[in-house]
Amino acid sequence: MSGASLPRWVVAIAVVGGLFVVLPLVALALRVDWPRFVPLVTSDSAQAALLLSLRTSLTAAFLCVVVGVPMALVLARTSFRGQRLVRSLVLLPLVLPPVVGGIALLYTFGRRGLLGSSLHALGIDIAFSTTAVVMSQSFVALPFLVLSLEGALRSAGTRYEAVGATLGAGRWTVLRRITLPLVLPSLVSGTVLSFARALGEFGATLTFAGSLEGTTRTLPLEVYLQRETDPDAAVALSLILVAVAIAVVGVAHRVRPLGGSAMPSIRPANDRDPVR
Amino acid sequence: MKTRPSRFRLLALAAPAVVVLAAGCGSGAPADGRPERTGEAVDGAITVFAAASLTAPFTDLAARFEEAHPGADVTLTFAGSSDLATQITEGAPADVFASADTRNLDRVAGAELLAADAVPFATNTLELAVPSDNPAGISSLADAARPGVKTVVCAQQVPCGAATAQVEEAADVDLTPVSEESSVTDVLGKVVSGEADAGLVYVTDVRAAGDAVLGIPLPEAAGGTTTYPIAALAGRKDTATAQAFVDYVLGADGRAVLGAAGFGAP
Repeated sequence: MSGASLPRWVVAIAVVGGLFVVLPLVALALRVDWPRFVPLVTSDSAQAALLLSLRTSLTAAFLCVVVGVPMALVLARTSFRGQRLVRSLVLLPLVLPPVVGGIALLYTFGRRGLLGSSLHALGIDIAFSTTAVVMSQSFVALPFLVLSLEGALRSAGTRYEAVGATLGAGRWTVLRRITLPLVLPSLVSGTVLSFARALGEFGATLTFAGSLEGTTRTLPLEVYLQRETDPDAAVALSLILVAVAIAVVGVAHRVRPLGGSAMPSIRPANDRDPVR
Repeated sequence: MKTRPSRFRLLALAAPAVVVLAAGCGSGAPADGRPERTGEAVDGAITVFAAASLTAPFTDLAARFEEAHPGADVTLTFAGSSDLATQITEGAPADVFASADTRNLDRVAGAELLAADAVPFATNTLELAVPSDNPAGISSLADAARPGVKTVVCAQQVPCGAATAQVEEAADVDLTPVSEESSVTDVLGKVVSGEADAGLVYVTDVRAAGDAVLGIPLPEAAGGTTTYPIAALAGRKDTATAQAFVDYVLGADGRAVLGAAGFGAP
């Protein structure tokens, strides 16, 4: 380990800080009732929650890509009045308490909400449905994708795009053949992070979607409920979420080192000349 | 998103806030179990853990208790009974525990953390809550079980859910809820916001919600009545003050305040 230039007390405090993060996870793992671990995490309700969580989080991550890529492009490649304000607003769910997000969604899409009353008239009820879960998850996960992609787009610059355009490539070709391949690593890590955020979503789901096995009770909600009667089951399920989180952080870290060089070091994804 | 260790977080860790409860010196007078004693030195600082449904009456009672005993200082913590029981068995500094069910108090008793036996001090009964305009036109539990009616209940794992199951059995009605919430507050929230057509909550919740919801008493609910027990906890500095507070809740003032909030007598 290098870094001898740092004062020792800085290192000491850093170690304490590291322990503060890691120790609770160790304590959690120590509480697991290992002989019962497999039966606990494969019970019917646990399986229903896990499958629902995977299904909804993947859908939410997909929606984040569909909506978030255009949002990041508009924020990074255009300029308009009030853009800084728009960016702050889009990133708001990142710092908003999820339960506040849930209440906001309820007053928008709920039966008596801003849009919900019209939807209700059309026979569409969102609350208490799996759709509501996906919406809650997308709401909190979207900023992760927009943020990482926009940052990558800005640091990648527009040089290649400009060259491509002068060589006669249309807007769509430039976007498809130059811009997106350049930021692909950030797109992947952003998608993985938004999937992880969706998987951990709790507050907005509880407030907006409710909790019913197989329909709206995702893994975090199942943990919260099991804690009431079966703390062992709650701990075992928590450990699964921790394992997924570690895997996700590992993937996101590998694809684009967090805090590393912002300019992706890889070449455009296909090895042909990106501009023809 | 970049993550960097925050200096502020590290500083916060390096200087943990230590809360020192000023414990009164105490007279050491034995708790004799009589409610509303006067002239005895009840001047300690105590922490009371109480079920979330007790928020309003216990806030009121703590203020009255402090008024009656100027030296005493009561700190209140409200949460779900099972959360509180877990916190107590994991070593949280509580002097009194008032639970919304006997099961969670038994858990604390099982860990041998009670200073004296638990005493029932209130009861609560389930009621059907509907939005104030009652859009689904509900007047009985059978209405709430109709297809198309969005009914929300507590999950079986929590006390109000166990009570709900008893009521369903007594009424011979099988509800198909659209959501099984993990707290009675969440059920009430869904009814207040109009998302749900009906929800099974406690009489005290309906009363506390005021005009936002309409309460429909259930003749079948007698079987689903929940008993609230209270006990002073062992191994604490000021058991005398804790016991005095328990006695105060069990006494005439306690009964009056709890009764006004809709709680029944045990």
